[in-house]
Formats: sequence, C-alpha cells, structure tokens
Amino acid sequence: MSLACRSWLLILAAVPLAAASAADARELRVCADPDNMPFSHQSGEGFENKVMALVAREIGAEVTFVWAPQWRGFVRKTLRAKACDVIPGIPAGIDRARTTRPYYTSSYVFVTRRGRAPIRSFADLSKGMAIGVQLIGDDGVNSPPVEELAARGYTSELKGYMAWGRVPDKGAPHEQIMMAVADGTVDVAVVWGPPAGYFATREAVPLDVHPVDANEKTVVPMTFEIGMGVRRDDEDLAKELDAALVKLAPEIRSLLDSYGLPQPARKSRAELAP
Amino acid sequence: MLRIPCIVSIVAGSAALFAYPVAAQDAPSPSAGPSEKASVQPLSVKPLRGPAADATATTVKPRAPAFADSGPEWITPGKNQAHTRYSALTEINAGNVANMRAVSTFSTGLSAGHEAAPVVVGSTLYFVTPYPNVVYALDLGQPGFPMKWKFEPKVVAASQGMACCDIVNRGVVFDNGRIFFNTLDGQTYALNAETGEEIWRRQLADIKQGETMTMAPLVAKDKVIVGNSGGEMGVRGWAQALHVATGETAWKAYSTGPDEEVLIGAEYEPFYDQEKGENLGVTTWPTDMWKTGGGTVWGWISHDPDLNLVYYGTSNPGPWNSSVRPGANKYTAGIFARDVDTGQARWFYQMSPHDVSDYDGVNENILVDIEWNGKERKVLAHPDRNGHFYVIDRETGEVLSAEPFHAVNSSHGVDLKTGALIYNTDKRPETGKKVTDICPAPPGAKDWQPAAFSHDTGLFYIPHNNLCMDLVEQEVGYIAGTPYVGADVWMKPGPGGHRGEFSAWDMVAGAEVWTINERFPVWSGALATAGNLVFYGTMEGWFRAIDATTGEELWRFRTGSGIIGQPTTWQGPDGKQYVSVLSGVGGWAGAIVSGNIDARDGTAALGFVNAMKDLPDYTTAGGALYVFGLP
Repeated sequence: MSLACRSWLLILAAVPLAAASAADARELRVCADPDNMPFSHQSGEGFENKVMALVAREIGAEVTFVWAPQWRGFVRKTLRAKACDVIPGIPAGIDRARTTRPYYTSSYVFVTRRGRAPIRSFADLSKGMAIGVQLIGDDGVNSPPVEELAARGYTSELKGYMAWGRVPDKGAPHEQIMMAVADGTVDVAVVWGPPAGYFATREAVPLDVHPVDANEKTVVPMTFEIGMGVRRDDEDLAKELDAALVKLAPEIRSLLDSYGLPQPARKSRAELAP
Repeated sequence: MLRIPCIVSIVAGSAALFAYPVAAQDAPSPSAGPSEKASVQPLSVKPLRGPAADATATTVKPRAPAFADSGPEWITPGKNQAHTRYSALTEINAGNVANMRAVSTFSTGLSAGHEAAPVVVGSTLYFVTPYPNVVYALDLGQPGFPMKWKFEPKVVAASQGMACCDIVNRGVVFDNGRIFFNTLDGQTYALNAETGEEIWRRQLADIKQGETMTMAPLVAKDKVIVGNSGGEMGVRGWAQALHVATGETAWKAYSTGPDEEVLIGAEYEPFYDQEKGENLGVTTWPTDMWKTGGGTVWGWISHDPDLNLVYYGTSNPGPWNSSVRPGANKYTAGIFARDVDTGQARWFYQMSPHDVSDYDGVNENILVDIEWNGKERKVLAHPDRNGHFYVIDRETGEVLSAEPFHAVNSSHGVDLKTGALIYNTDKRPETGKKVTDICPAPPGAKDWQPAAFSHDTGLFYIPHNNLCMDLVEQEVGYIAGTPYVGADVWMKPGPGGHRGEFSAWDMVAGAEVWTINERFPVWSGALATAGNLVFYGTMEGWFRAIDATTGEELWRFRTGSGIIGQPTTWQGPDGKQYVSVLSGVGGWAGAIVSGNIDARDGTAALGFVNAMKDLPDYTTAGGALYVFGLP
C-alpha cells in the first residue's frame, strides 16, 4: 500500500511536466498500475506495457506511463484528471470512459491443482470445498464469482484474497490466490482469466485453468470484453486506437497467448447479461 | 464507510494558509440571502407514541447524573464521563452572546478534516490535528494564546491510504497530568501535559491489516480505553483498556469471535433473547468470517463510575456486501456495557442485526437519569445511525424507547418486547435489484457527530444528516485489472431537500421540539451551556449560537473553512468564559473539498460525493482553531 501511495505523488509531479512538453514529439500518456502483473508493471513486463508500445509505434507516438494504483477512483484520478490519456485495459461499456473496440475477451476461470477432478462450472462445486475468491467485499465490491457463489448458498466455503497489495512471501498481488490453490489452502479458486492463465504456469505445482461454462446461467456476467479507455470527449484518439487495434490484431493476439491469457469463444457481455 | 485512498497526497499544499476573518465579520448581514440563513422550524411536535406517551411529558425531564461534571475546565471531548457536553458557565449567555468576538485563531497548516475537540486544563489548551496527528498546547495565560509546546508523533504515511473516510482524529483527553491520544497508524500515546514529553506509547493496530485509529480515548479510573477503526477493510474490531501509568494492556475485548475473546462470561446478562447464546460471535457468521467481521470501536466511550461500567458501540459488520455473511453477525452494530476493571461484558444490545446499510452502532451514549413510567431509571441515550433515538436502561440493556428522529423507511421501528429492529424488506439492498429512496443513507440519520444534553432544559441537541440513497443499476467496474458488476450508491438529500438538521429532542415525548434545517449535513459536534445556549458549526463555515429553548439563532461567525469539529467552552486563567472550535472541512461528508474529488463521479467517497457536489462552491479546506469571548 505504501508503494501505491507514493505513486500518487509521482503522478502529481508529472502532470505539469507532461503539459509543458506537449509541444514536442507526440506523446501517448498511458494510465497504468505499477505493480499489477500480468497487466502492467513499472518494469515494463506486463502485457499492457507491450500492447501500448505496439500501439504507440503504430500511431507514431512515444509512450509514457503514468503510474497509479488501479483502485476505486482510478479513472477519476488519472484519465479524468487529465494526468494521462488512455487506460490500456477496461471493460467495454464502462460508464466512466469512452472505450475502443475490444481487443480481447476473457472470463472468470476455475483454477485447480492438476490431478484433481477438474471443475468447469459452478454446478461442479460442492459443499465443504474451500473456494478461493478475490474482492470479497473489500472496498465495497464483490467479484462476480462471489455474487454467484453467495446466490448458490456458498458462504462458509469462501476464502477471500486481495487483488492488490503485496503480502510478504505471497508473490505478486494477483498471485496470492493462485499460491493458495498450489499449496492446497483452497480446493479451487475462481479467478479472472488473465492473472489465472499467467500464474498457472509459474507456481510450484502445475495448475489447471477452465473458463466458466459460457452456457451456465449466472446472476451476473462472468465474461467481459476488454478494450482501451479514453476520455468521453476524446473521440479522435478513440478512432485512432480503433484503427491501430484492427491492424495489430494478429500481433496482439499472439502476444496475449504468450501470457497464457484464456480467451473463450467470442460471446459478448450483452448476450450474457441477464 | 469506505476508504478514499491516498487523498491527502493529492491536495498537499492546496489550502493551508490564508487570512482569517477577525471580529466584525460576524454581524448578521441583512442582505444575506435566505440560503445563508438558518431556517428554524420551531415546535413541529409529533404525536406521542409508544410507552413514552404514558409519561407526563411536561413534568418529567431527564437529569444529568451527579458524576456528569459541568465545571469550568473541559478535560475530555465529551466534557465528562456521561458525555453530556454541557458546561455550567454562564458569563456568555443568551442575553449577551450577540457581542461575542473572535479573540484568537491558530492555523494548523493542514487541509484534511478537523474533527477534534479543543481541551482545556488550567491555563493550557490542547488539541490534536488530523494526520500527521500533531498535538499542540497553547498558553492561555499569555496574550494571543501562543504555543507552549507541540508534539509530533512518528506516524506511518501509508496509514493515510487505509483510512476509509478522511484522515481524521477525534481528540485528546487529559487525566492527572497526562495527555492521551491515538494516531492514524494505530498508536496510543501518553504525554506529559506540562512539557509535551512522551511518557509511553503503544503500537496497538496494524495498518497492514487495514486497521487505523481515529477515535478519542476515554479515561475511566486508572485505565485509558481505546478502539480500532477499519470496518471496511476486513479487520476484526476490538476495544482495549491500558493502564494510564504504563500503557500496559489491562484487558482487550474483541467484537467478534468466541466468548472468551469477546470477554463474555458469567457476568453477561443481556436483556433480550436475541443476544443470548454461546459463542454468538462465531455462530452468527459463516465459517471463519468473524475473523474479518468488522465491529470496530471508532466512536465514543462513556463511563458510569457508580455502576463501574463503560459503554461503547461497535461498527458495521464486514464485508460490506451482506449476501456473503448470512446471520446476525454478532457483536457488530450494537452497544456493549463492560466492567471497567475486567472488560467482562455485562450486556449487549444489537441495534441493527445483520446490518445491510452501513449503520454502525458507534454513536455516543449519553448517560442520564429519569423517572420513566413512574420508575427511577439510569439510562443511556443513543441517537443511532439507523435513525432511531434509543433510550436504554444502562443497568440491564432494556430498550425503553426507540423513536425515529429522522425520515426512516429502511425499517418500521423497534419491537420493544424482543428488541428487534423490524426491517422493511422493500428497501433492502440485494444483488441485481434497483432500490431507490432508501432512508437513511449509509452515513445514517446521524454519524459520529456528537449530540449534547442540557442539564437545564433536559433536551438533547442533535447535529445530524438528512440523506437518503439510491442503489442504482448494475454497472461494470474495474479494480486492479479485475472487472466486476455491482450496484453504485448515490446519496441525495432527504425529505425537504436540505441535507442537514440541528434538532432539539425531547426524549420523553420521543419528538423534536425544534429543528434548524441546514444545506449540508451538520457534521460538527454540539455544545450546551447554562447560558441557555447551544453551539454548532456548519460545513459552509458558520459557527452558530442558538437559543436552547426556542431554536432562534442569536449569533454567528463565518470561519475560514467548513466546521466538522467539536465546540467546547471553558474558563480562561483570566476568569473569563471562552468558546472554542476547530474549523477545517473534511471527513467522510467533506471529502469532496479536503480530498479535492471530482464532483462528476457521484459514487466517490462511497456515494457521498453525489450529495455534496456543491460544497466546493461554499468552502475551501484548511484547519484552524478559533477562540471566542466577550469584549
């Protein structure tokens, strides 16, 4: 948390500087979390770092990252505060920003240790299992799996993990829940696809990843299309990014594959919404 | 309540130093628009209801217990162990308050919300700032009240990101030559009141677990009693008693978990069946969820030395989303009575079982005595976030009355036979359901802002909110790369369109005597005096003196920023009476100013911003102490 707080100070210092240099070479200012693998990292190793580098090259701009923790208020404090101009990944149709065409679709997935009976749907779960989930109400929200599990009467079974903040010896923020599957603390975890796919091959034991069955009826959607976010009135940039994303589609696709990102058969959120 | 991460770093330096108004500006201007005037709606007496109707309202009045000191000093934020916030000083009174002038101001240079009470002992005034929790001692014996000493504790900066609702602190307490206070990062300090030197300090809360401390301690006998904050962060609530001389823990009582750790044993005799059973702190939760179940102790503690009991409320249960924690979620959103010496619970009463609306139970418990239906009772008066003014027998935990002091539709009242709050299922938040016009909103009919009890009029003076909320359609959100769908909270003004009220409350009748409507929530504390005056501040920055009987405004002064502090009054070493208050808007309600939040996102500060969009048009951030007196 302290790292994140210091990052806010960095942004503030960066704002006037960025404005002053706007007249020079074109700059694409990207709003990103400094410690959120596999999405973004200040080391540049996240897939969003790499996707934005591709896109910047395509539109003839230099990419600059403006770091801020991706918590409640992120869009307000970065994009809307004009500290930066694009958020590399954000759900299509989000109210707080104008979104580009989606460049990937992913879903929540079930993560189990290899060798166990795989779990492919909520119907495969049973009482008495220890089930790992993220965002269990901290900061006022629940992740979609938590809503679904609660609706199905699974509450005593749930074990909550943070999606941000480092705990010593528990790896990257999104890795805590994956480590809990690996070491047997939980029998299964329901995790958002990109971090699940990425960390599944990086833990002490091999883990299986199965996307939530797209035909299973759930109280809230489990599949989301992800595009880039710009300010609502920044239609020009959105169009430019759209064109770049079309052109770069094959390259981005193989980049995402190299991060193990599970991409289910295309089905839009609108189709899935109750 | 939810956190607003790292707000302070965003506004650093934006506000601190500006010229303060001095005297002369306080004369009410005839040209001031109606919007700037407090509108008084006197004597809107509701019909009598419930058992209170049997009482002869005209003759029976609650009385302050003998231990409720009303002397010329002000040594603890609540004034005395009974938390009456009443002073017997009369030099400043309804007849002359119009002449009152600012005599001294003192800037803190900080832009977060200033909620603390100035405390006065002998010739020294003490107060603590919001984070970084600097304690100032001012010399009242010198002209202009210059600084005598200041103490700067080492407070971990990351604690700012953990505090849910601005980085406030609710005050210091004096006892026997020592000053006690808490820091945001979870320490309790004891200082030498004369020199400002540290006597001891304890690290009690762990910010890595999301715990902070914002409350004002209470000294009861030889113990200083403190509690944690952070009910939104998945922490486990506790209160503990420290030896005043050494800081050693005498007892620590959790609000959730097994009886042994909640300090529930042989002496526990709750009044209602709903509070009876073994290990309810475990069994009223899904497996292990009590370990992060909230029930923090961030509000007020009062003390009855005759009964040897302390009283305090517990916060909302965690996590915020109630669907994953079926059960009553003991012992959250209720009041504990505990033995001062051992911490053992005597009784507990849960105002809001299985709370779904963030109705913390931490508001003040004001101790008064009364003849109730012909029988002498020692009671505590508790204006709760759920909108009911509870009158509870403080020996037994029996609820004698629970009348709504605000528009309430989230429940249909309290069944006095069973103690149960009767929830209105139509207004219950549920996943996937749009619910509009739920009253009160999460900050409750009244939040932390403490009421006062006049030993003369027998009325309670309640600063409070008038806020309702909509839970709007599911919207897609995004945190740490993780998409989710959830309802957003939008707070809005309650009936009448104003957002705050200051009410005189007749406990026996269960009705308002008069009410002043305010544009914004009244987020300051109240003060009552024997001069037939009550004082409070507004979020625009007005500090008002009101006739305690009629509700008529007799004096006002515009301070440099909005007021969310606790006014106090005391006698200076010159023998004159003074009134003091900290100005400096912020807190959960004022985060839009102190945190410089973009008004376009109404869901910021967990939906409070939607109801406060115009606050930046009325005030700016910046903390200062104001002291007033007669010429």
